[in-house]
Amino acid sequence: MSLDQADPAALPATGPAPRKVGRRGGGAADRRVRGRRGGRWWTPWLFLAPALILSLYFKFIPMVNAVTMSFQEVQPYLGNRWVGTDNYSTVLQSHGFREAVWHTIVLAVGQTFGAMALGFALALLMEGQSRRLGFVRSAAFLPVVVPMAVVAELWRIMYHPTGDGMLNSILALAGMGPSGFINDPDTSMASIMVTGIWRGAPYDMMIFLAGLTSVDRGLYEAARVDGASRWQRVRHVTVPGLRSVFSILFILAAIRGLRVFTEVFLLTNGGPNGSTEVVMTLIYKLGLEQNRLGVGAAGAVLLFAATLILTIIVQLLRRRESK
Amino acid sequence: MSESTETALGLTESRSIGGRILKAVVYLLVLTMFAGPLLALLVGAFGDIKDPTQLSIVPSGFTLENFDIAFDQGVLKYLLNSFFVVGFGLLLQVSVSVLAGYALARKVFPGMTLAFVAILATLMLPEEILAIPLSVVLADLPVVHFNLIGTLAGMIVPLGAWGFSILVMTEFMKDVPRELEEAARIDGAGDFRIFAQIILPMCKPALGVIGVFGFTMIWDQYLLPLLVATDSSSYTLPLALRTLRIDPAVTPGVVMAASLLALLPSVIVFLFFQRSFVSGLSSGALKG
Repeated sequence: MSLDQADPAALPATGPAPRKVGRRGGGAADRRVRGRRGGRWWTPWLFLAPALILSLYFKFIPMVNAVTMSFQEVQPYLGNRWVGTDNYSTVLQSHGFREAVWHTIVLAVGQTFGAMALGFALALLMEGQSRRLGFVRSAAFLPVVVPMAVVAELWRIMYHPTGDGMLNSILALAGMGPSGFINDPDTSMASIMVTGIWRGAPYDMMIFLAGLTSVDRGLYEAARVDGASRWQRVRHVTVPGLRSVFSILFILAAIRGLRVFTEVFLLTNGGPNGSTEVVMTLIYKLGLEQNRLGVGAAGAVLLFAATLILTIIVQLLRRRESK
Repeated sequence: MSESTETALGLTESRSIGGRILKAVVYLLVLTMFAGPLLALLVGAFGDIKDPTQLSIVPSGFTLENFDIAFDQGVLKYLLNSFFVVGFGLLLQVSVSVLAGYALARKVFPGMTLAFVAILATLMLPEEILAIPLSVVLADLPVVHFNLIGTLAGMIVPLGAWGFSILVMTEFMKDVPRELEEAARIDGAGDFRIFAQIILPMCKPALGVIGVFGFTMIWDQYLLPLLVATDSSSYTLPLALRTLRIDPAVTPGVVMAASLLALLPSVIVFLFFQRSFVSGLSSGALKG
C-alpha cells in the first residue's frame, strides 16, 4: 500500500490533539507538572531534536524552496532570476496543465467513489467472526500491502492489448472486447482507475469493517422486528452509523487522489497521447526531465494549495456536523 | 460489545443451504478478484512465460529459470539495496518517533504546542508535492553541504521525518501511568533512563504498529528512490522493475519473478503482524 497511504491517514485523527495538549498545561495539573520536572528546560528539546531537524531539512526547507522557486527562473550555475508570477501564469495558461488538472480530478473522484463503494460492499459481505472469513479478508487485503511498483507491472501484463491478453480473454468470455486498455486513449483512464480501485477497495473495506464493529447490534434486531428488509437495514441503520467513517475515508482518498503519481508513471507515464497525464507526472516531467524547476515548483505549490483547501473545507464541514 | 453477532446483511449467520451456497459463491468471487492477479503473478514467476499473453492463473510447468535470469540481471543487488534502505530507514524512523513521542507525551514545556504543530504540519507535506524542491535539497543539504543524490543515504534520511509514527507513539505514551515514572524519579533515575527502561518497554504494542506500518511504507517507496537514484547501482527493487521491463531481452516471466521478490517481504510482514497492522490502520483513520 503505498502505506504511504498511511501518512495522510493520520490527518483527521490529529484534529483534536493540539487542543488536548494545550489543556494539559493549565490548572490543577500545574502542581504535578512542577513535581515531575526532573531535567533541565532543554531536555524535551533534546528528545525532539532529531524529529525537528529532519522535518526542517526534508519538509520545511523544501516547502520554502518550492515557494521561492516558483517565483524564480531557476538556472543552475547562473544564479536564480526573480520572475514574479510568470511561472504561475505559464502553468495556468498551459493547455497541458489544465488537461492534467482535469485528469487528476477525474481519476481522484473515480477512484475515491469506486474504492469506497466496493469497499463498503465487501465489508458488508464479510462482516462477521468466523475463522474462514478472517482468511478471505486477509486474502482480499493483500493488494494493499503489495508495493505499487509491483501492482503496476502486474497490471501492465494483465492489460495486454491483444485478444489473448489475460483480461481480454476474460472479457471475451463475457462476449466483450478486446479492449486496448492502457494503450487506447479512450480506455486508458478507466484502466488506471480500475487498478487503483483494486488496490484501494480492500483498504477501505478494512476501515469499514473496523467501523462496523461499533454499530449497535440491537438496532439491527429492532429493525428486523419492525419488518425492515436487508436493504432498509443497511440504509437506515448501517449507513448513518458509519457516517464519520465515510467522511474520513473520503478525505483520505481525495487527498491521496490529488497526488497520484506512481501508478500513472508506471502504467502509462501520461500516455497514450497525453490521455492520462496527471498533475504529478507533469510536474515530474517539467522539473526533473526538462529542468524547468521554477514552472514545476509553481505547479507543486498550486497542488499543495488545492490539497490544503480541500482538507480545510472538509474539516470545517465535519466540525459543523459534529456540533 | 454485546453477545449478539447480528450483522447488517445477516449473510454470515445464515445456515440454510441456499445461504451457504450464496456465501461460498460470494467469497470465491472476492478471492478471485483480489487474490487472483497475485496468484497469476506467482504462477508467472515459476512458469515458462515468454509472452505477456501467457499470463494465467493456471500453472504451466514449474521452473526456476526466471529467477536465474533475474539474478543475472542484478536483482540480488537491488534486493540488498532495498533491505538496506528499509533496515536503516525503519531504525531511524522508529528511533526518531519514540524520542519525539516521549517529549510530547510526558513533558510539559514552553514551546510545546509549536513543536506539536510542526510535527502535524509534516503530515501535510508529502513527498509527492515536495518532489522537485526535495531533490534540490538532497543535492546540496543546506549548511552542511552534503550531496545525497545517488546514495542510499539519500533514500533513508528523509524517512526519519514521518509524523504518523510520532503521533501514534505520542498517543500511546500518554497512557503509561504517571506513578511508574514518579517512582523511578524518586529512585534517582534521569530522563533518559526513565525513557529507556520504563516508558519504552511499556510501548511494545505501539512499537509493533509503527514498525509494521513503517516497513510496508518504506518498502513501497517509489518516488523518493526515483529522485535519489542516478544509476542502477543505487536502485531499489521496486525501481528496478521498470528497467527490467524495458529491457527487450527480459521476458515477462522474469519481471514476474523479480516482482514476486519485491512483494514477498511486505506480504510476509503483513501476514505475521496482521493485528498490529490493522490496529495501525484504524488508529490512523478512525479516531476523532
